Amino acid sequence: MMIPTARRISPTWAPYLFISPFLILFAVFGVFPLAFSLYLAFQTWEPTSGLAAMQYVGVDNFAFALRDEWFWKSLKNTAWLAVASGLPQHLVAIPLAYFIHSSFTRLRNGVVGAYFMPYITSTVAIAILFSSLFSTDYGLINIGLQAMCQVPVLGWFMPQDPTDWLGQPENIKPAIAIIVFWRYVGFNVVLYLAALQTIPKDIYEAATMDGASRMQQFWHITLPSLKPMIFFGVTLSVIGGLQLFEEPFILTGGRGGSDQAGMTTAIYLYRMAFDFNDFGAASAMSWLLFIVVAILTWLTNRAFRPRGPSA
Amino acid sequence: MWLEGQRYFSCGALALAVMIGLMQADALARQTLTVAAFPAVDEIVKAAIPVWKRSHPEVDIKVVSRQFGDHHIAMTTALSTSFHLPDIMALEVGYVGRFAQGGGLEDLSRPPFGISQHVNHYVPYAVQQATSRKGTIIAVPTDVGPGTLLYRADLLARSGVSEAELTRSWDSYVAAGAKIKASTGAYLLAHARDMKDIVIRTGIQPGEGLYFDSRSQVLVTSPRFVRAFELARQIRQKRLDAKVLAWSNEWSEGFKRGSIATQMSGAWLSGHLSNWLAPSTRGLWRAAQLPENAFAAFGGTFFAIAKGAPAANKPLAWEFIRLMTLNREVQLNAFKSQDAFPALLETYNDPFFDQTIAFLGGQKARQVWREAARHINAVTVHKQDAFAEEVINTELDKVLDRGKDIRVALADAERLLKQRALR
Repeated sequence: MMIPTARRISPTWAPYLFISPFLILFAVFGVFPLAFSLYLAFQTWEPTSGLAAMQYVGVDNFAFALRDEWFWKSLKNTAWLAVASGLPQHLVAIPLAYFIHSSFTRLRNGVVGAYFMPYITSTVAIAILFSSLFSTDYGLINIGLQAMCQVPVLGWFMPQDPTDWLGQPENIKPAIAIIVFWRYVGFNVVLYLAALQTIPKDIYEAATMDGASRMQQFWHITLPSLKPMIFFGVTLSVIGGLQLFEEPFILTGGRGGSDQAGMTTAIYLYRMAFDFNDFGAASAMSWLLFIVVAILTWLTNRAFRPRGPSA
Repeated sequence: MWLEGQRYFSCGALALAVMIGLMQADALARQTLTVAAFPAVDEIVKAAIPVWKRSHPEVDIKVVSRQFGDHHIAMTTALSTSFHLPDIMALEVGYVGRFAQGGGLEDLSRPPFGISQHVNHYVPYAVQQATSRKGTIIAVPTDVGPGTLLYRADLLARSGVSEAELTRSWDSYVAAGAKIKASTGAYLLAHARDMKDIVIRTGIQPGEGLYFDSRSQVLVTSPRFVRAFELARQIRQKRLDAKVLAWSNEWSEGFKRGSIATQMSGAWLSGHLSNWLAPSTRGLWRAAQLPENAFAAFGGTFFAIAKGAPAANKPLAWEFIRLMTLNREVQLNAFKSQDAFPALLETYNDPFFDQTIAFLGGQKARQVWREAARHINAVTVHKQDAFAEEVINTELDKVLDRGKDIRVALADAERLLKQRALR
């Protein structure tokens, strides 16, 4: 069937038309909020007075944020959580992926699926589940620890009283880190499995013929070949870790916990805007956080850059 | 054939035109007021619709209901963009103070509203809460939360403690708690923080807010904070608090098992206890005034009209607010069905106040709360109150859990708040 010429889209415009649904959504939900928050970062604004109530204040909001003790506290919390939850993810995911790759054949997809499950589960469901697991008096984790107290020798290392996981500042961060680790380790396993599949088998065969052990093969073939994927995975973890919000937000009832020990920068700037009504400072903090993310991503990039004369 | 067809077409077109005409006329005649509210205010508004319809059969009421937090975020967003604003918005007292700082809400003391002629009908402190520093009144109170001390009469009897011992002074309250703990094992209260929250509200000088004065000077090192922290520390040192925060599972479990002997709260808590928190403790609770005659408010609901709301609806919106807040029948219905303590003083002579409450062992507790409502003083609100509360709670935790010195803790809080006071 022929389409009348009048209804035909000219080849010049067709690509733009077809790509426009994405572009429109991206402009509305991506570009506009970015630009607006940058604009807001230089304004003071009482939001309930309407858009006209904004007043330009220059870099005041940035200066305030940099002087604000709680902003620094939230950055420290974020850094702690990013390291404590991010590093183990990769240290566990790489050997785990290698193990799954080399030891499972038929069951592989099922095993990978099981590890991937937490990643696709709703954060709210996870947080509710873990709050009951971490409950001081009725939680399974404390019941488990109490049971271990009965075991000779092992019992010496276990806390005698039930641990207040989500109430005491010193316990909140480890509790959150455990959840974040548990949630994202499967995602990294999938990344590394995909990378492992691209390593040619003949390299291993040649290594085996040369008498290399499995450990040597892992160390000298697998790990170097995984480097690009490690770079990708670590970058994702750095960005995700620094923007951590949902898990601590729900676990601490949206307030950041006792002594704000679980208050990440993302939670703090959300609270600055919606709880403390300071949208200008919140926007400034979000851009400062962006700068931190950018610097750390650049450092990651540098750390993984190929070295040596051949590079 | 063709003619036949043309006739049908003409008839159809005529019918369509008539229908459209009727619909337009209907739309002109019918008006809809949108009320944005949160539970259980939404239910109260819905229940008032039949009363409204008696005088305004042509005006429909549409209730937009959201959860408490979502509702206030939605109202903040609507006010900031002047988009999707309801004709009437319900606001919780904390947000009334905050929204009063901005200029987004109508001053209801000016024409065409004129709340000034009605202010004497409302509980005085509630009107003060809705009055900004500039003297504008930006919201109308519909229900109030007079503070009360709910206590377990059975636990008091077993430990030989009288109600007077509990309420005479804060020191006697703590001493009574020690007796209760020794003879029954029950904690005096859920969290030491609850007590701090009341003590810092006592002895506020005129012109002072809770944390800041009218010139934004920080007040957290004043004697009322020192005393509140000292009393809270005594409570913790004597192990008189269960260390559980309100609305947690452990909190409701504490009520069910009788391990918490008293709770300071709004009068509405007895309704929650009776309905779902601890229905099995029926008859065991009593209500008293807060210790040392500390009259304090716990919550309260207001109605407001946004400046950006449709202008044509504003006179009707104002009329609807008057119905919700000045109509005795509507106010009493809300009290009876949802435990919304009336802001309208004319209801206070209703026989309902003299009825006994079975959950409170047949006590005529509404009389106690009515008395409290009349004595409460409003506290001036400051923009940084929400942040200040957070800072004070954090410092109190440090005092209670890690033995931080009270003066150092309050000085730290002061330093942090000074930085914010003028933002």
